[in-house]
Amino acid sequence: MENSIYLDEARDPLIIAEGWMNDGKDVAIATVVETWGSAPRPVGSHLVIDADGNFHGSVSGGCVEGAVVTEAIDVIDSGKARMLEFGVADETAWQVGLSCGGRIKVYVERLG
Amino acid sequence: MDPYALKTLNAERRARRAAILVTDLGDGRDRIVREGDQVAGDLGAAIAKAFRTGSSGSVEAEGRTFFLNAHLPQPRLLVIGAVHISQALAPMAKIAGYPVEIIDPRTAFATPDRFPDVALHAEWPEDVLKRQPLDSYSALAAVTHDPKIDDFALKAALDANCFYVGALGSRKTHAKRVERLLALGATADQIARIHAPIGLDIGAASPAEIAVAVLAQAIHAFRSRGLDASASAPKSKSILEKHDA
Repeated sequence: MENSIYLDEARDPLIIAEGWMNDGKDVAIATVVETWGSAPRPVGSHLVIDADGNFHGSVSGGCVEGAVVTEAIDVIDSGKARMLEFGVADETAWQVGLSCGGRIKVYVERLG
Repeated sequence: MDPYALKTLNAERRARRAAILVTDLGDGRDRIVREGDQVAGDLGAAIAKAFRTGSSGSVEAEGRTFFLNAHLPQPRLLVIGAVHISQALAPMAKIAGYPVEIIDPRTAFATPDRFPDVALHAEWPEDVLKRQPLDSYSALAAVTHDPKIDDFALKAALDANCFYVGALGSRKTHAKRVERLLALGATADQIARIHAPIGLDIGAASPAEIAVAVLAQAIHAFRSRGLDASASAPKSKSILEKHDA
């Protein structure tokens, strides 16, 4: 779907979150709100999570999604939003010559 | 996130309209701002900038921290005319992040052989635009030189408020075009939005160079949406008069 002018509804995290909500599921939305260095996903990227730990989208190259899902399930239970911060020191960072890795800040909130 | 905000945001995105989700990172409250909505102060200025650039980020305003998530539709470029310029323009625009579709009812021009890897419609613009209407995140470049093919599409682009409308042809050709568009019901203000002769004045000579001039002009139009047009507009000149005998 490279360069498509229409939403890729089957893979769009916010469309999926709305669908889950309409199915009566509890949902959390995680958003990259800040990046430093070689962060793999841009500010504004989403990971959406349901109460069973199912998820769509991404906030990194796969390095921190597991941790975000765990936190998201707590956020769904408590209803309290959280700000998470991660250092991303993955192999990709090395390959492109950025040995420092990147850091990202992820805001996790419950839908509704 | 407010469920209503999510529904609203998704509805705007499906309709190819720009929207920004503004979240107060202190208390988690959020709201949707649509393009053209008036928001005062520093927050309003940050929102206007986010609409223009499409960049998301945090902003300090009114003693609070807001996160602006900008959702802009994918801009695209529609080219009327499967001509030599279009052959160069299509791959360049795609690389620059503006997917291209080409419309030309002349089947000798609109062949997959001449346009590999491009969405190509060997049909009249009237028929294609009925199925896929233009919008304010579309650019239209009319380069056939043939009023029968170009005029309808130009009028449709003006009515849809396309972010860029360009038409190939000399000043003389354009003067005649203006008369025809007026007869079709376009207003003088609308017609003034047409970039004609098409392309930035970079002295382009070859079809590929003209494609660069057109693409640069379209990008400038996109990135200066909502700004005073006279403030920073690079000059457009009659770079193509010699192509128009």
